[in-house]
Amino acid sequence: MHTLTVSELAAGLRARKFSSLDLTLHFLGRIERLGPELNAFVTVTADRALTDARAADEALAKGEGGPLTGVPVAHKDIFCTDGIRTTCSSKMLSSFVAPYDATVVSRWRAAGTVLLGKTNMDEFAMGSSNETSFFGPVRNPWDHKRVPGGSSGGSAAAVAACIAPAATGTDTGGSIRQPAALTNLTGIKPTYGRVSRYGMIAFASSLDQAGVLARSAEDAALLLEAMSGFDPNDSTSVDRPVPNYAAELNQPLKGLRVGIIREFFGEGLDPAVEKCVRAAIGLLQQEGAVIKDVSLPSLPLSVPTYYVVAPAECSSNLSRFDGVRFGHRCEQPKDLLDLYQRSRGEGFGAEVKRRIMTGTYVLSAGYYDAYYLQAQKCRALIASDFARAFNDVDVVLSPTAPTAAFELGAKTSDPIAMYLNDIYSIAANLAGLPGISIPCGFVNEGGKDLPVGLQLVGPHFGESRLLSVSHQYQRHTDWHKRIAPGYA
Amino acid sequence: MNWETVIGLEIHAQLATRSKIFSGSATAYGAEPNTQANLVDLGYPGVLPVLNGEAVRMAIRFAVATGSKISRRSIFARKNYFYPDLPKGYQISQYERPVVENGSLEIVLEDGTRKTIGITRAHLEEDAGKSLHEDFHGLSGIDLNRAGTPLLEIVSEPDMRSAKEAIAYLKKIHTLVRYLEICDGNMQEGSFRCDANVSVRPVGQAEFGTRAEIKNVNSFRFVERAINYEVERQIELLEGGGKVKQETRLYDADKGETRSMRSKEEANDYRYFPDPDLLPLVIDEATIEQVRATMPELPDEKAARFVRDHGLSEYDAGVLTSSRELAGYYETVVRKLGGHAKLAANWVMGDLSGALNKDALDIGQSRVSADAFAGLLARIQDNTISGKIAKEVFEAMWSDGKGADEIIEAKGLRQITDTSAIESAIDDVMAKNPGQLADYRSGKDKLFGFFVGQVMKATGGKANPAQLNDLLKRKLAG
Repeated sequence: MHTLTVSELAAGLRARKFSSLDLTLHFLGRIERLGPELNAFVTVTADRALTDARAADEALAKGEGGPLTGVPVAHKDIFCTDGIRTTCSSKMLSSFVAPYDATVVSRWRAAGTVLLGKTNMDEFAMGSSNETSFFGPVRNPWDHKRVPGGSSGGSAAAVAACIAPAATGTDTGGSIRQPAALTNLTGIKPTYGRVSRYGMIAFASSLDQAGVLARSAEDAALLLEAMSGFDPNDSTSVDRPVPNYAAELNQPLKGLRVGIIREFFGEGLDPAVEKCVRAAIGLLQQEGAVIKDVSLPSLPLSVPTYYVVAPAECSSNLSRFDGVRFGHRCEQPKDLLDLYQRSRGEGFGAEVKRRIMTGTYVLSAGYYDAYYLQAQKCRALIASDFARAFNDVDVVLSPTAPTAAFELGAKTSDPIAMYLNDIYSIAANLAGLPGISIPCGFVNEGGKDLPVGLQLVGPHFGESRLLSVSHQYQRHTDWHKRIAPGYA
Repeated sequence: MNWETVIGLEIHAQLATRSKIFSGSATAYGAEPNTQANLVDLGYPGVLPVLNGEAVRMAIRFAVATGSKISRRSIFARKNYFYPDLPKGYQISQYERPVVENGSLEIVLEDGTRKTIGITRAHLEEDAGKSLHEDFHGLSGIDLNRAGTPLLEIVSEPDMRSAKEAIAYLKKIHTLVRYLEICDGNMQEGSFRCDANVSVRPVGQAEFGTRAEIKNVNSFRFVERAINYEVERQIELLEGGGKVKQETRLYDADKGETRSMRSKEEANDYRYFPDPDLLPLVIDEATIEQVRATMPELPDEKAARFVRDHGLSEYDAGVLTSSRELAGYYETVVRKLGGHAKLAANWVMGDLSGALNKDALDIGQSRVSADAFAGLLARIQDNTISGKIAKEVFEAMWSDGKGADEIIEAKGLRQITDTSAIESAIDDVMAKNPGQLADYRSGKDKLFGFFVGQVMKATGGKANPAQLNDLLKRKLAG
């Protein structure tokens, strides 16, 4: 039952082949058995899941309910859930219970999903390996010695290990796509503004976007549709109709113009990863896609630009965690300064502190122009590079990450090496564009097969195209159907 | 050396919207602490600001009234600093691109001279909460009811050259925002606050002296005192060979002095940057037109009309238009009275204002309505009572709330206009005072007043003064 996709589960539920309660108990059992070794969940919401499941079964019995009614899911622990703690995998919020649901949470709930729990992540979504979590690292189901990617590593590991059929993620610089690539999932980050950020604890507000980690493009289509759309509570969400993504999955590959990003096939790319991606390009071409070489010369600016913009915004966004109203408060503060310094000093981990300090620095008087303003200009250049490319091609293609999953601890002492893991994914966030990562093969390292992902990026609100190209590719390939040994 | 004072004001006007600038919480003053703060005001994780369109329309009203430029695209920025009553750790304000720029207004000084004061900018921002340091032995209480209340910060050019000019400007803005109904102007409750930038320079010097910023002075009187104190302090300092430090100073109303709060070096680096949670504020022509179409008559326009159509002096027109309510009261009186503007103006500015001041009431709280007041003036106009008796009637109206006619009847104050009645009273008085009569007739004209007084006394003050004058003159002449 656990290897079925969300669309298969939904069909089974509607046909009454199994009840939501059966399904939920099955997944809760797997979480109990397999969850701890992966450390994928911060909080398992068994009681809530059973309540949700019973309600779903009642709805289904009355012939009510939508395409997701009764399907169990997990939420990244960055989305506020009413009455259930939301930690952002930080000591700062380790006992924080939000009094409201994030819009993404309420929309999936309205669609009938069953909440299994909240997944582990890099602290405040700052990381690319899920090693910055206060609750410990998440392990990759394909090789427990390796990271699942980050920051949505718990969601990725949970879905990849089939202990949750699908999960939400958030993507500020690749935090959905890179873990999807490292765990053999389909992960989509929609256009900035497509999904409401209300209730999603902010890391870098101009880059953050919610999305989906699933085991097929078809599932991603269903799930994305259920969370998308304008939200009056988020001024940056866009008032524009949400397409029926699932109904638009069969747009033909023939004639599709695919741009291969020259700058993303250079130094630093693992040749074995490149080989998988090149093979996928070959398949698309074979199916009638027109392959074009495109150059986006500003892309090498992505990483430095990102590491100015994201920390700047985060330094301000995380100021509210001051020990005054919620979150961690130090014991016996001497005075106000002591309250701030110790509450924040104790509550935040090293990577979060590094970014707050970087961000504070780049916004400081005398440095603002040289860093923050300069970064905004670079951001505009990157966006215009993409805009120019989309005059000639429908989507651009690249690897999602330069390597397959790396070992735990391999990059923790070298932040720059860690940051470079997001070298191909960050640009889409800076330009606000939709991106998807889909499985495209495996490399063998240390006797283990490790998944490889390819990334497609489309123009603003081009999700439908990204999903259909991915779906067509998945009709011709089985990569996405492979499940990590021991989890099938 | 002769010194010139240079003053610029930053005025914070709390906008009279029903809900906060970025959340749906109520803005009413005086609620139980923390009962008007929702998740957005508390800066909860995950929440986002949504701009209140009414606050924007109010800023546009201000811009139209001051001939300012309305930015078609302005930007909300974050001003970052830590303080317990600032829940997010930043204040959402406008920095590089304010919504209102480059306006001006004209002030009239006591001697009648006019002066134009430039308005550099006005921007929208959210207020912080309040820290309460009393009542919490060794601790501070935080009340976030005010957090997120919309403010329009109005920044003037350094165009004022004396505390008097500064007060005239401050009062003008105060009048204007109330006319526009964008701020209740209540200084005690902090809805209208003022910071003053004050510097001095030798007369004739082109560049400005170093300025001190005096924070949050909460009455017109205190603003004037604080500026005068600060000017003297700076001049004394400079004449003693010292230097003025650029700093923020606090006015202590009890001691009547300003004192240093923080120096420039201690000033925060606010790390302003555009708030990524809010889109640029785009204002289109249609919105501006809509606001323009609903603009009230402004004080200057109203005063000009009173001069032109009512024949009032500029001074009287200025006084009567100093608040929209006062002007409204006066106009109602004139309408009910069917004219006689000068009479209405004198009485509104005289006895009515005096009574209001005495009881510390606003015109809106007047114990005598405009209708009733017009009823009183109508009786003066139709000679039922004299102006003098009217004062007595007004006092009675003020204290027991009855109408003028009722009081006139009950107290028998109706004026005597019957010539024979007045003549007989005069005859009586003349008969009783033969000595004075003889003196008068022998040339002591000053005794005329004595006879007026005696007749008035005899008639209970009700004799028509003009008639009495004429008749008395004739009779005394023999």
